[in-house]
Amino acid sequence: MIKIDHLIKRYGANYAVDDVSFSIGEGEIVGFLGPNGAGKSTTMNILTGYLSATSGTVKVGGIDVLEDPLSAKKMIGFLPEQPPLYLDMTVEEYLNFSYELKNCKLNRTKHLKEICEVVKITDVYHRVIRNLSKGYRQRVGIAQALIGNPKIIIFDEPTVGLDPKQIIEIRNLIRNLGRDHTVILSTHILQEVQAVCDRIIIINKGKIVADERTENITRAVDSKRRFNVKIVGPQREVLAMLKAKQGIVYAEALAERDGDAHTYMIESEVGLDIRKNLFYTLAEKNWPMIGLEALGMSLEDIFITIVDSSEEKKKTRGRASIEKKVAQSVMQSTAQKQMESNASDGKSE
Amino acid sequence: MFAIYKKEMRSYFINAIGYVYIAVFLAVSAFVCCLSTLHAQSYDVSTYFTLMLFSLVVLIPLLTMKLFSEERKLRTEQLLLTAPVTITGMVLAKFLAAMTMFTGTVLVSCINFIPLYHLADEARAADEYAEITSALGPNTAIIAGNLIGILLVGAAFISVGVFISALTENQLAAAVSTMGIILAMIIIGVLNSLIDNYAIRFVLSWFSVLERFNLFGYGIFDFNALLYYLSICTVFIFLTIRVYEKRRWS
Repeated sequence: MIKIDHLIKRYGANYAVDDVSFSIGEGEIVGFLGPNGAGKSTTMNILTGYLSATSGTVKVGGIDVLEDPLSAKKMIGFLPEQPPLYLDMTVEEYLNFSYELKNCKLNRTKHLKEICEVVKITDVYHRVIRNLSKGYRQRVGIAQALIGNPKIIIFDEPTVGLDPKQIIEIRNLIRNLGRDHTVILSTHILQEVQAVCDRIIIINKGKIVADERTENITRAVDSKRRFNVKIVGPQREVLAMLKAKQGIVYAEALAERDGDAHTYMIESEVGLDIRKNLFYTLAEKNWPMIGLEALGMSLEDIFITIVDSSEEKKKTRGRASIEKKVAQSVMQSTAQKQMESNASDGKSE
Repeated sequence: MFAIYKKEMRSYFINAIGYVYIAVFLAVSAFVCCLSTLHAQSYDVSTYFTLMLFSLVVLIPLLTMKLFSEERKLRTEQLLLTAPVTITGMVLAKFLAAMTMFTGTVLVSCINFIPLYHLADEARAADEYAEITSALGPNTAIIAGNLIGILLVGAAFISVGVFISALTENQLAAAVSTMGIILAMIIIGVLNSLIDNYAIRFVLSWFSVLERFNLFGYGIFDFNALLYYLSICTVFIFLTIRVYEKRRWS
């Protein structure tokens, strides 16, 4: 549906987008993830024909955006970072204007009514946009993008500045749209892409640093099973037992205490759920387990790891698989924790 | 394109600016008409049109200042530029909207001439020698010529305003610069008379808007002048389109 090939956008000596290539199939929901200034908006603006690329080609539904911009633009609904609203119009006037602007051929009243119901702005339909709250304005912007039933919908940071309830609503809306549209959204919120997208493209300093299915990233997060366990009992014996226990590859005592309970961090073998087994073992020994907390690697950690490692590996230009990177970072953080706890052990003894 | 035209026309009438423009235009034209014809006891309207030309210095920026600058400030141009509309279509739609407002007010201001015709009728009725003095009264050909002239000059000024509005996102800056340039285009002919060098005079008079307008004032339809004003329009509209193209590429 969308094919971007060696896209470069240069501002003087700065590369806003530096040799980006990817393609997006029909019906995919793709999340564009990156810190501020990474080139997300620039890429989207080029995709929608608002900006022109320095070099490279962008094809939308097989049509080159540069060669036949009008047909390409017809296929795209776009919500820019700041919703392009005429504040002095009512929602009705604004949507009608967008309808005419896009040269839409669908049944006007029916189409607009449907869109208003989808984005839930029917109750503000006759109000002036200037008087609407940020959340409603954002939704009017989304409604504008949906006019004409475009095959591709592009949202640039659609949930910025919304309250948590609105964010959830908009995420649900985007997920629903994904059923019969190709959706691209950009964000710097990791949970958002994880919640909504099929695929995540991470971009930093104008370059793609990762392009993976969301499940892969989620699996990468869960591949090592780590827990913090709070156990009441003599620390040394408990730790020795944990270390000796089958299925646990790593165990350490943390400095944290809760009354007479100590906290331990354990890591189980891949693909093994150690929790039940651990419970029975502890019950046998009469060491009550009063807390168990799963330690996933947060997407933030992954993100920072990937972005950092891509900066280190700039020379090699190679794109290591995300799982490798995550595994590396887990090792690093584990080693770090071990050092910390060793230090604290040394103090206590 | 028609959607943008409609939107611009609407925007003139839901904001104060359109009404301010119409009110000021009609008030000034009525006042100038009284002064230059009734008060001066003359049927000659060419003074009226020359004075109206000067009032355009203030009036045209009212129409053009927000056409592009506001869109840029509110980021709504992103909607227009990502919609299936060409840049040329967008610029032309806005130019035509301003042009419609201008043509409308110019035509409405023609009611100023009704008293002249009425007075002429009365004078003729009172005159025993009506046969001889049938030339008495306003000359319709001159009025028509001037009307065409002022519309052409207006179109040229609007295209300048459109261009300047596309350069800045500050409406006030756009308005003031437009005023400055329109004023310069008008008084360039006055400066002309102070210069001795023939070559410079020739060049300056070529640029002078007033010089060419005068011919219309005599009721002469000057094809050169028509071409001249249309060229100015084309050049500035073309430049406006280039401004948008350039912004996309830079």
